[in-house]
Amino acid sequence: MAMAQREIELKNPSGLHARPASLFVAEANKFQSEIFLEAKGKRINAKSILGLLSLAIGQGTVIKIEAEGDDAEQAVTALCDLVASGFGE
Amino acid sequence: MGTVYRGVAASDGVAVAKAWLVAPSEPSVERVEVADPQAEWARVERAIAAAKEELAALRQTALDKLGEAEAQLFVAHAQMLDDPELTGQIRQAIEAERVNAEWAVKSVIDTLVGLFDALDDEYMRQRAADVRDVGSRLLRHLQGGGGASLADLAEPVVLVARDLAPSDTVQLDPAFVRAFVTDIGGRTSHTAIMARSLGIPAVVGLGDITAHVASGQVLAVDGSEGLVVVEPNEEELARFSAQVERQQRERSRLAALRDAESVTPDGRRVEIAGNIGTPAEVAQVLAQGGEGIGLFRSEFLYMNRDTAPTEEEQFAAYKEVAEAMQGRPVIVRTLDVGGDKGIPYLGLPHEDNPFLGYRAIRVCLDQRELFAAQLRAILRASHYGKLRVMFPMIATVEEVRAAKRELEAAKQALREEGVPFDEDIEVGIMIEIPAAAVVADRLAREVDFFSIGTNDLVQYTLACDRLNERISHLYQPLNPSVLRLVKMVIDGAHAEGKWVGMCGELAGDPRATAILLGLGLDEFSMSAGSILKVRDVVRNTRYEDAKALAARALEADTEADVLKLVEA
Repeated sequence: MAMAQREIELKNPSGLHARPASLFVAEANKFQSEIFLEAKGKRINAKSILGLLSLAIGQGTVIKIEAEGDDAEQAVTALCDLVASGFGE
Repeated sequence: MGTVYRGVAASDGVAVAKAWLVAPSEPSVERVEVADPQAEWARVERAIAAAKEELAALRQTALDKLGEAEAQLFVAHAQMLDDPELTGQIRQAIEAERVNAEWAVKSVIDTLVGLFDALDDEYMRQRAADVRDVGSRLLRHLQGGGGASLADLAEPVVLVARDLAPSDTVQLDPAFVRAFVTDIGGRTSHTAIMARSLGIPAVVGLGDITAHVASGQVLAVDGSEGLVVVEPNEEELARFSAQVERQQRERSRLAALRDAESVTPDGRRVEIAGNIGTPAEVAQVLAQGGEGIGLFRSEFLYMNRDTAPTEEEQFAAYKEVAEAMQGRPVIVRTLDVGGDKGIPYLGLPHEDNPFLGYRAIRVCLDQRELFAAQLRAILRASHYGKLRVMFPMIATVEEVRAAKRELEAAKQALREEGVPFDEDIEVGIMIEIPAAAVVADRLAREVDFFSIGTNDLVQYTLACDRLNERISHLYQPLNPSVLRLVKMVIDGAHAEGKWVGMCGELAGDPRATAILLGLGLDEFSMSAGSILKVRDVVRNTRYEDAKALAARALEADTEADVLKLVEA
């Protein structure tokens, strides 16, 4: 089983609030792989909007995206691209 | 005799129809042990599917009526219903404790709400409300209330609710809703404003009417008097039905004035326009024969979101309104917010005195980038129709000059970029602070027009918080003190050849129309539902008589005396 992981800094000014979190979860759910997000010493299922919101990740936080599964590499790349784009904000 | 309840008269008109109880936001749930946990889980799955279907429809409605930002909220709600964190915990609760689905849902939701409430982040704490909303929707479907969606109304009803939330009103079909009746709220609550803009009678602040009414009972509602009669007897029914008929006759009479001019029998012409809060409301104003938009509140663009709207988003909204009005004038008011409204990304401090604090133009002149983006968006949209720009909460001449400098800088930047805009766009200010009214003659030299915001002007003049029920008797829009200020404003503007509008509640009150006309007001802007009533008064009042009436009103001792003059 393939694994991939990368760290990236959250640049958009509002952090991972409702709208970006919702976009992030929608993107994560496009992949078969199990995907996790690690930040502030906690690790959550990246396909869970409640988990994501409960981390209250602000601007400037470095997050680690980890995937396990056949499309792990594509998943991590797509999610990092989304974060790097600042969620279109 | 039917049982009579008295509340706050929030929107005029009478109606008789069956009650439709809007499900309470917190349904009561009991814990029951079950024999077959699998069957309980299957119920949850069906309820989730139904709730998601409902949310998809809500999202589409919000997209059509409100825009992308509001619609995204319903997407997030649907994602929560799909969330393994939520579904997994519910399933586990059902299987481990062998409890009913309702109890499992409620306890899991309560825990999650507690988790969000405890977060050290104001915005995240607000997400607790989203989780609660999702939980209520799921519970409603579990309890068989699946069909209890406002979108499914097929016969005329009176909506009865604790309060109506924007997510309730977005989905209702005005053709079937004859009246609103709610436990809480005042004249300026969301329900009341919505009712007036839709022209639907409403009584709010009834206390606990939801506890005394069942769906299907007949209600007679008088929104002008603030009365609700539950199960009226024959005599009451006859009386209300006669009123409803009179009202319908009156409505068709007024409807004939839709394309009529707003002109007095002796030839004084004024403009009657509508107030709007979102581009979708333009249709309502045009349907009622509005000659323009006298107040386009831009706040909706900034609320319920995480970051300030981009210039492009704002441009799209202003352009949409400019184009929809087909050359009729549209006054866009720049951002009017303060510490009493939750816009987390503006970093507005909590203040002891928000109405005397950091708000409106004071924020914009301090957060220049925010202001510049809005001014650029308005200017760019001015190329597509007839836009006017208006600054709120002006107290001093310096503020107007500073705001105009920002506008000029935005114009200059657009010129250099070769972006088209209306070079002659009219610039105005709201007159809502007594200081501005008193120096209106000086302010008039700085701008093209004034618009009097009576809600705040009355509040500041009489030092009376209009939401404070203990002193509501002091909130007197027709007090001679207010009328004298209005006269100062109009005289000051006219001396400089400038025109004056009014966009507060008073402009839409037919009792005030003749006096305002007599004081020389040039433009009246109000919620769509009042346009035809005010036009009717204008068309039946001689300007010469109105002037004499206004002169007597200015000399009156009390508001009660002014009202006597009007009703005489």
